[in-house]
Amino acid sequence: MKISSIGGRRRAAMKWTGVGTAALLVLTACGGSGGDSDGDGSASGGGNPSEFSFLVNAENTTIPDELTTLSEDQCKAANDDLPLKVETVPQTQLDQKLQLLAGQDALPVSFAAGNTPALTATLDEDGQLLDFEKTFDDLGVLDKISPAAISTIKSLYGGKFNVLPYQYNIEGFWYNKQIFADNGLDIPATWDDLVAAAEKLDGAGVQPLSASGEQGWPLTRLISGYIFRELGPDALQKVADGDAKLTDPDYVSGAQAVADLGAKGYFGDGVGSIDYDTAINTFLSGDAGILYMGSWVLGSFADDSLNKIGNDNIGFFPFPDVEGGAGSSTQTPSNVGLPMTFSAHQYNDKVGAWLKCIAENYGQASLEDQNSISGFVPATQPDLDPLTQLVQDQVENTKESVLWFEALFGSKATTVSQTNAAPLVSGSTSAEDFMSKVQDALDSE
Amino acid sequence: MERVLGDKKTILVLLGPALIVYTVVMLAPVVISMGYAFFDGNAITGFTWTGTDNFQRLFDDPDVRSSLWFTLKYGLILTVLQVGLGYGLALLYVFVLQRGSALVRTLIFFPVVLPTVAVALLFQKLFEIAPQEGPVNAFLGVLGGSPIDFFGDGGHAFWVVILMDLWRSAGFYGVLLYAGLVDVPEEMLESARLEGASTYRLVRHMIIPLSMPVLLSALIFSINGTLKVFDSIVALTNGGPGNETTPLTLYMFQTSFSYGDYGYGASIALMLTVLCLLFTVFIFRSARRDVTEA
Repeated sequence: MKISSIGGRRRAAMKWTGVGTAALLVLTACGGSGGDSDGDGSASGGGNPSEFSFLVNAENTTIPDELTTLSEDQCKAANDDLPLKVETVPQTQLDQKLQLLAGQDALPVSFAAGNTPALTATLDEDGQLLDFEKTFDDLGVLDKISPAAISTIKSLYGGKFNVLPYQYNIEGFWYNKQIFADNGLDIPATWDDLVAAAEKLDGAGVQPLSASGEQGWPLTRLISGYIFRELGPDALQKVADGDAKLTDPDYVSGAQAVADLGAKGYFGDGVGSIDYDTAINTFLSGDAGILYMGSWVLGSFADDSLNKIGNDNIGFFPFPDVEGGAGSSTQTPSNVGLPMTFSAHQYNDKVGAWLKCIAENYGQASLEDQNSISGFVPATQPDLDPLTQLVQDQVENTKESVLWFEALFGSKATTVSQTNAAPLVSGSTSAEDFMSKVQDALDSE
Repeated sequence: MERVLGDKKTILVLLGPALIVYTVVMLAPVVISMGYAFFDGNAITGFTWTGTDNFQRLFDDPDVRSSLWFTLKYGLILTVLQVGLGYGLALLYVFVLQRGSALVRTLIFFPVVLPTVAVALLFQKLFEIAPQEGPVNAFLGVLGGSPIDFFGDGGHAFWVVILMDLWRSAGFYGVLLYAGLVDVPEEMLESARLEGASTYRLVRHMIIPLSMPVLLSALIFSINGTLKVFDSIVALTNGGPGNETTPLTLYMFQTSFSYGDYGYGASIALMLTVLCLLFTVFIFRSARRDVTEA
């Protein structure tokens, strides 16, 4: 081989390496430009929507149904100007879709704002979310939102009112009155009472608690409930602020208390395989005595094809006290469901008309049509069935609310917590390991 | 013909369009993905340069260690099982069933054409414990055993995943290796038999060396496919219980798209690519040595 030919090849190789490197930098820079949105809404997709596009998780049928009903009745004028168009995505794929759409500045007019408050906060930092406090004030309908709901939203989203309270849920234990009466049980006032009641039910051959380990969160909410009662309502805020660790013995005891319930078999066989619907069905077919769930479950209770035990047979009690604990059962776990919000970039007068109509009518309509309590104040108080009335009273009597286990966690810690909940109660993960896995995920965020 | 292909312009015209498509569809995304490994952030927050931080994280992250261990364990065990079973099936088709093997081949190949999600649902139901006991647990009950929560324990879940993927893929490897075995000249085997070679010696010294190229392809297909397993695990266990059946691909997917950490996800992807490359090179090298020895 000639020397000149080697030199020529080397030059060519260098040239191609240079071209490759330049291409890499250009391509990488292109890839990153999506996130550099300056929030002025000038990019394609922003500014002047031709329809009221609403991206919602497929699992949620309540809100799209209610908005569709409104679009044909009270909000017909707004709908004529800006027709409602619902698009659904499975909840597990929601975060990816939002990230891709937000990266291209192509979010729809209204959308479910992510599976964790952390993603909602990221979207807000990027200027994608509408400030409802200002918008509702400008539209003159701020008084149509319940102050308690606004307060819950602000405590979840870093002091900002940037998601809508289509649902306002409280959480607690629903119990089968007949099963309790048959076994001579009273409503548990303390955690020890709850464990004793579970033991008695188990002894009588009734599955004490029904929960979905496949979802995980129905189990982790028991952990946070215990921690709030034992350490006080700011216990998880301290973890989020770095002032406490989930691996501290006081916190591990919360996970241990729930693991003990699992070790005794109180959640039934194969809890990790039980999905949400099965957990509800087990309770509503009278096969389990107690169900921990949010008040959104009233929709299932109202469905006669599911509810075999009858609404009259269902009672509610709040998460009980832990003896000697700093918290109290008057502190009610509450949330606004999966957050729904509006795009700041897509907002204009036509969207404003829709928003005003929703604020004025959604509260009444969802109570009447779905027995679902929202954070929108109903114009008049319709006759409620006893369970809905019970929840409404509980909401009104709540002086202080608490959040749920993962409320202040990011996506990774939330996933780690929820996927490890079933191993915790089935005994393949210890309480210490569970808390240390979640804490590690928190530290890495 | 030589004159045409000797002309550089002609080569450029002939290869150019394909090269451009390949560059846009394959090379550019690969290069972009590699570039992301040096950044932190996602499509919403934008990206910041972090140098080699993501690669350092790979070494400190216990989830990467457990995913890597699962991936290697799964990849090696399933490769041995599916190529081994496939080869056994191929020998069965060629030397035992011979011309009557078409129906058996079709039946064993059938799971390959079934959608992964449908197969995963089938296996979920087979090994179910609640709300209804599946056939496997019912059978254990008949034998006097107690039911097992197959998906509640990482060890059991691993073997259910292996069993499902083996059932799904053995037919494919059977047919692939069958295609290699039918090329072995019948006259050579016949003369070896006449010389008094036993079946073992026939397989060891004639059939395996002669089918080595296709066996090698099957091994490379298998190890690359199994190291990059994704859909069957997502559909069957979604990486659970906890993260005990989470392979690197699923951890990469979660990191990038659920946790919004594109940079770290890209570095996990790069690690997986290097792993596949190492295994492929290793198989090539060791197989070449084997062929020479044989």
